[in-house]
Amino acid sequence: MSRAVTTPRFPGLRAWFTMLVICLEERLAYRGDFILGTAMRFLPIVTQVFLWTAVFAATTRTDIAGYSRTDIVAYYLLTMVTRAFSSMPGLSGGIARSVRDGSIKKYLVQPVDYVSFLLAARIAHKLVYYVVAVVPFAAVFFLCRGYFPSAPDAATIAAFLLALLLSFLLGFFLEATLGMLGFWFLEVSSIIFAYMLVQYLLSGHMFPLDMLAGVPTGLAGVSVADVVRWLPFEYTAYFPAAVWLGKIRGAELARALAIEAGWVVAMAVACRVAWWRGTRRYSAFGG
Amino acid sequence: MHNSHGGPASTDAVIEVEGLAKSYRVFDKPEGLRASLKALVHRPSRVVEALKGVSLTVGRGEFVALLGPNGAGKTTFLKLLSGIITPSRGTARVLGHVPWERADDFRRRFALVMGQRNQLWWDLPAAESFRLHREIYRIEPARFERTRDELVDLLGVRKLVLQPVRDLSLGERMKLELVAALLHEPEVLFLDEPTIGLDVVAQHALHRFLAHVQAERKMTIVLTTHYMKDVAALCRRAIVITGGSILYDGSLDQIVDRFTTHKIVTLDLDEAPDREEFARLGFPCEIRGPQVTLRIDRQRIADVLPEILRGRQVRDVSVEDVPLEEIVAELFRSGGTAAPREPAGAGA
Repeated sequence: MSRAVTTPRFPGLRAWFTMLVICLEERLAYRGDFILGTAMRFLPIVTQVFLWTAVFAATTRTDIAGYSRTDIVAYYLLTMVTRAFSSMPGLSGGIARSVRDGSIKKYLVQPVDYVSFLLAARIAHKLVYYVVAVVPFAAVFFLCRGYFPSAPDAATIAAFLLALLLSFLLGFFLEATLGMLGFWFLEVSSIIFAYMLVQYLLSGHMFPLDMLAGVPTGLAGVSVADVVRWLPFEYTAYFPAAVWLGKIRGAELARALAIEAGWVVAMAVACRVAWWRGTRRYSAFGG
Repeated sequence: MHNSHGGPASTDAVIEVEGLAKSYRVFDKPEGLRASLKALVHRPSRVVEALKGVSLTVGRGEFVALLGPNGAGKTTFLKLLSGIITPSRGTARVLGHVPWERADDFRRRFALVMGQRNQLWWDLPAAESFRLHREIYRIEPARFERTRDELVDLLGVRKLVLQPVRDLSLGERMKLELVAALLHEPEVLFLDEPTIGLDVVAQHALHRFLAHVQAERKMTIVLTTHYMKDVAALCRRAIVITGGSILYDGSLDQIVDRFTTHKIVTLDLDEAPDREEFARLGFPCEIRGPQVTLRIDRQRIADVLPEILRGRQVRDVSVEDVPLEEIVAELFRSGGTAAPREPAGAGA
């Protein structure tokens, strides 16, 4: 019997693309779920706007850590965009669950690369989300147009887009790696919770990280912001927003982009290693 | 990793297994709060040997049944052969590959179907999963269509491929799972309890299908099952595993030959007989109305039968082997201590 194998050009890429399309179709089966989820995302921002309005009303200062009231609102709106790229709802939990319930076996038996599959599924997830979310996002930004007095120059926009793309990859590999801890621990939800907590604080999701510039670490001349800069978290929320607002420019911007890209590579490698070692462990101990 | 007996593998052997063993460490969850607190510091565990050194060879085109009670090691064995788990000891080669190295070249040439798991995308029609398989297994489009059409027609599921899988019945789903598993024309197919939970009609349809494609494609199939009907309908060779070891490996007919000492004789009489009269014959007997069932020693049947028939109004008489289910159930229970009968010379 002859083998039914052909070798088209880039067969792996074609398979990946088919995976992407099928994941898209699958996501579309859950539209309703998305619309509610998208609407809920806008609630926290409203409370933030009220909070900072009150803060500025109580002080005579016109700016806090270099952010005016307008800047602050713009910042929160922009982190919302960043989070729409970098947050990965259900990714770690889903991986850990498929280890626990054994559905991961499929990826051991079939000639498919699990990480590539996850990436395709997540891109599909995001694309469908953007299609659904573009309307409310547009509406909010239109209503809040007063907080964005002028658009930045083309180079800044390009840097912003690059930072966003990298934040997607960083978020993906970070959370995929976390999920693969499921090979070692039956229950990873508390690990994920701890991660989310740290991430919420240090990503700039809660407040602009420039506010940490004045917080000393105890080491001479080193602030908390200087330390956080070298961690991956701020690249998933603060960094792209700060780029758009022109808070980071020139050599500093280039360095930050390089750190972000470095983290993407590091986490992609970590994710591979976790998969490789995890499946070895799975094969040896469980299955 | 090398095959322990060295030398080139026989071209006919598709599966070669030598001393394959697998142990697991299992953690006991003690009962009660106090024990649970203690378990935080030290979790009591023990090693369970799921498979204890199994050796066998399966040739190309064989259809083999793996029989055994729950926990006998059947699924562990299939997981090892599919490369999902690594063994504690021993070697295995499937299609010349060490399965747990999980080379893509190997993974494109076999398939595993587990009765309780699905490979199909739950919220999408099966056609989409098929399309994905075409890409990941790199099946040439024309060949893909031909194979797919042939398989769906054989199973009579053409109309179902465009319905979301979640809307299908268990039997329908299983049929589509099989189609998905066979699209890339695997040379080796592992089936783990494929008919579990299916009704008789669906079981029958699956059997006919498996028998057909197996013969047509000279596929090598290893099937684990609880249901004797699966086996009797499909496989010439049966391997009985209990407690992680092979208890029997041979033809189904010989199981009957080797492990039974009795035949079942059923008489249909004109009227309900005298119970005493049959009891006096000295064989275990059961009387239901005018029907009498006797278990008679195989060696003595030729002498005894005329005696029983003499002077009775018998409408019908049948002499049958003990049903396969019963023999295998007895084998499972005894865990191998059931003394095999000397191979019978008489072609009963």
